[in-house]
Amino acid sequence: MSDVYLVGVDMIKFGRYPDRTVPDLAAEAALMALDDAGLELRQMQALYCGNLGQANGMVGQRMLAEIGQTGIPVTNVANACATGATAFRDAWMAIKAGVYDLTLAVGVEQMGKGLLGGGGGASPEGLIGSGTMPAMFSHIGMEHTRKYGTTFAQFAKVSVKNHWHSTMNPKSMYRVETPLQEVMAAEMIAYPNTKLMCSVNVDGSAAAVLASEAMVKRLGLMDRAVRIRASIMSSNPFAERQAAMPDFSGATRLAARAAYESAGVGPEDISLVELHDCFATAEIVHYENLGLCADGEAGRLIDDGETQLGGRIPVNVSGGLLSKGHPLGATGIANIYEVATHLRGNAGDRQVEGARLGLTHVVGGGPGMGTACAIHILEKA
Amino acid sequence: MTETATAEAPALVPFLKRDATGQPYLAGSRCEACGHLFVGDRTVCAQCTARGRMSPVRLAETGKVYVHTVVHRSFPGVETPFVDAIVDLDDGSHLKGTLTGVKPDPDAIPFGLPVKVAYCEASPVNAPGKPYLTYYFIPA
Repeated sequence: MSDVYLVGVDMIKFGRYPDRTVPDLAAEAALMALDDAGLELRQMQALYCGNLGQANGMVGQRMLAEIGQTGIPVTNVANACATGATAFRDAWMAIKAGVYDLTLAVGVEQMGKGLLGGGGGASPEGLIGSGTMPAMFSHIGMEHTRKYGTTFAQFAKVSVKNHWHSTMNPKSMYRVETPLQEVMAAEMIAYPNTKLMCSVNVDGSAAAVLASEAMVKRLGLMDRAVRIRASIMSSNPFAERQAAMPDFSGATRLAARAAYESAGVGPEDISLVELHDCFATAEIVHYENLGLCADGEAGRLIDDGETQLGGRIPVNVSGGLLSKGHPLGATGIANIYEVATHLRGNAGDRQVEGARLGLTHVVGGGPGMGTACAIHILEKA
Repeated sequence: MTETATAEAPALVPFLKRDATGQPYLAGSRCEACGHLFVGDRTVCAQCTARGRMSPVRLAETGKVYVHTVVHRSFPGVETPFVDAIVDLDDGSHLKGTLTGVKPDPDAIPFGLPVKVAYCEASPVNAPGKPYLTYYFIPA
């Protein structure tokens, strides 16, 4: 089977757009991605549209109603925080399978402020622990502390790093440096995650145009193309404590192993990583889950600055979910936009020099829900 | 929270049940194929996929704190701070719950702290005045 390429990709500046609609936000990113590819909507053969908040609302069709109803098949996708990446992977699979030569993937979300989590019915919140996302990811951090002695300050340094990175990204929601003392002294949400160690709920959209190798050559787009070396998904394999404590590591490890194998590369070959830093504690455990360091070394990795811009393996140079923002359905494609921008050498002040291979990772889920993980490895074509 | 439990209050979670004497207990299932112990009723094993091999059991009421967090920001109306603990029960099952009787300070709660399960009636934040049977942890 021939390779599949990313030929157009873009995202809107993440922010709060309460006066706009979800299809409108999606449409803006879709048109931007088409412009980036120099292609027209009428050339797209299928649309894969990721959104969570209006998952039963036919967002893909409503978006086409704004930018052109060409009658193409639309698949609306919802898969927790892996929603956008799942739409992207579906667009990739359709080409990989030989069904289409040009597909469009869009991820979009419009969010309120405040805590995510909980569910219907009588709420056990407070009576039986907490169902909030920060508490869940704090447990995951505390497990790392229990095993390896990881400190509050080490978790907080993730936030310092990603906020610094975001000062160089004009599409980031926030672009403010946050010194370590400020991060640690911010309002405690669920120890050890302070407010500045929680991702930002924002509105956003991102989109990508994918093409078969034959189509890339026919359209003469190879100079802007990014080769998709691996597109892998997983769900949560059985984990001992899963009912008490949702597990995001098992799925990430499964997908990472498969992605490296599929691409025929190892973590040492990767130039930059955009990983799912929904909380500062999450980034620490994913260093190990993605093989960026050995188990137990994530604290040292952040202490030594290896994951900051200029370090051995820069992580979340976009500012990450912590500062750029986390519009659930858009996040997966926004991560792909970031890596592709570096591979094309267009990342400006935050450019990772000589970037050749990049990895994107998203993993989502919740208490009693399970996990969806998606990993892509992209290469400068 | 009150220490008494009456037969009338519905259980806040499905794995919290009452026996014939009205005594609350934590219901679990043991897989006879692989031995894994689950919280709650089930018919198929999530670990080994065995079907029809589950035996109902009463879960242990003592255990040790595996990890914990101190929750300072919760959903509107929920009193904070509180300690949210993941407890490894002594029979090998795992349970999340609120840990009371400790200072809500992460450094004051050692990993491995022995705890026991207690039962009470309490009103959920979204159902004020309506008591539910629930459980919590206290230092053993």
